[in-house]
Amino acid sequence: MFENIFGIHEQALAVHGQRLGVLAANLANADTPGYKARDIDFSEVLSQSQAEPASLPLTITDAAQITFGGGDPPEGGLKYRIPYQASLDGNTVEMPVEQAAFSENNVRYQASLNFINLRISELQLAIAGQ
Amino acid sequence: MSLFNVFNISGSAMNAETIRLNTTASNLANAESVNGDATKVYRARHPVFQAMMDTQAGGDDQDGSVGVRVLGVMESTTPPLRTYEPDHPLADKDGYVYTSNVNSVEEMTNMISANRSFATNVLAVNTARDLLLKVIAMGH
Repeated sequence: MFENIFGIHEQALAVHGQRLGVLAANLANADTPGYKARDIDFSEVLSQSQAEPASLPLTITDAAQITFGGGDPPEGGLKYRIPYQASLDGNTVEMPVEQAAFSENNVRYQASLNFINLRISELQLAIAGQ
Repeated sequence: MSLFNVFNISGSAMNAETIRLNTTASNLANAESVNGDATKVYRARHPVFQAMMDTQAGGDDQDGSVGVRVLGVMESTTPPLRTYEPDHPLADKDGYVYTSNVNSVEEMTNMISANRSFATNVLAVNTARDLLLKVIAMGH
């Protein structure tokens, strides 16, 4: 019953967390000459993290033990962004694009968090029975 | 946890933008500085930013968390403005004084750009902080 209680949101949270770091790096390097903006292909990384078992899976010695979906998201999945307009200094960070992606990622992160929170309160309700 | 990286990344960017603002302030303050020697007159200074692609100072290229550092502060090579003012106390033997090569318009736009970049990074830090606080409060 407690296998995979949070569904996809456990991994989604990890990937969104990683993407937040990548987008923050883009924003931080908005004025760095030659910096190439990067982003995570969300669906690709998520499907990878679901397909591959964790690199060090926990050994299950009893059927009642709880398994976790996976720890950190897999490496890779980082891709370079293609800029709408090239800049003279070779920097491909476009502020509006990055800010839009950042806030979108923020909303998605909070959505996943909300789903997890709702699931927890649902289970608490079931445990308390009132 | 990668959410904590945001503090390092945005922190490094805020530091770099602060240095940029400092050089801008220095340039604007010295925009009218004069000297009788062309080699000694104040020259506009600009920081050179570099992405921290190595793993020093919290940067991690593997997961894309790359901060920014100031590689150095370069002096502008534009020749200083030469004006003929024989009455000037600093004038050289030919009667010329040299004014710094600071371009005020360029510095003002630089200042606006640095201001915006700084604000963006503050926003990124605040967002990461809010998300982390929500993660801590998870299940309550």
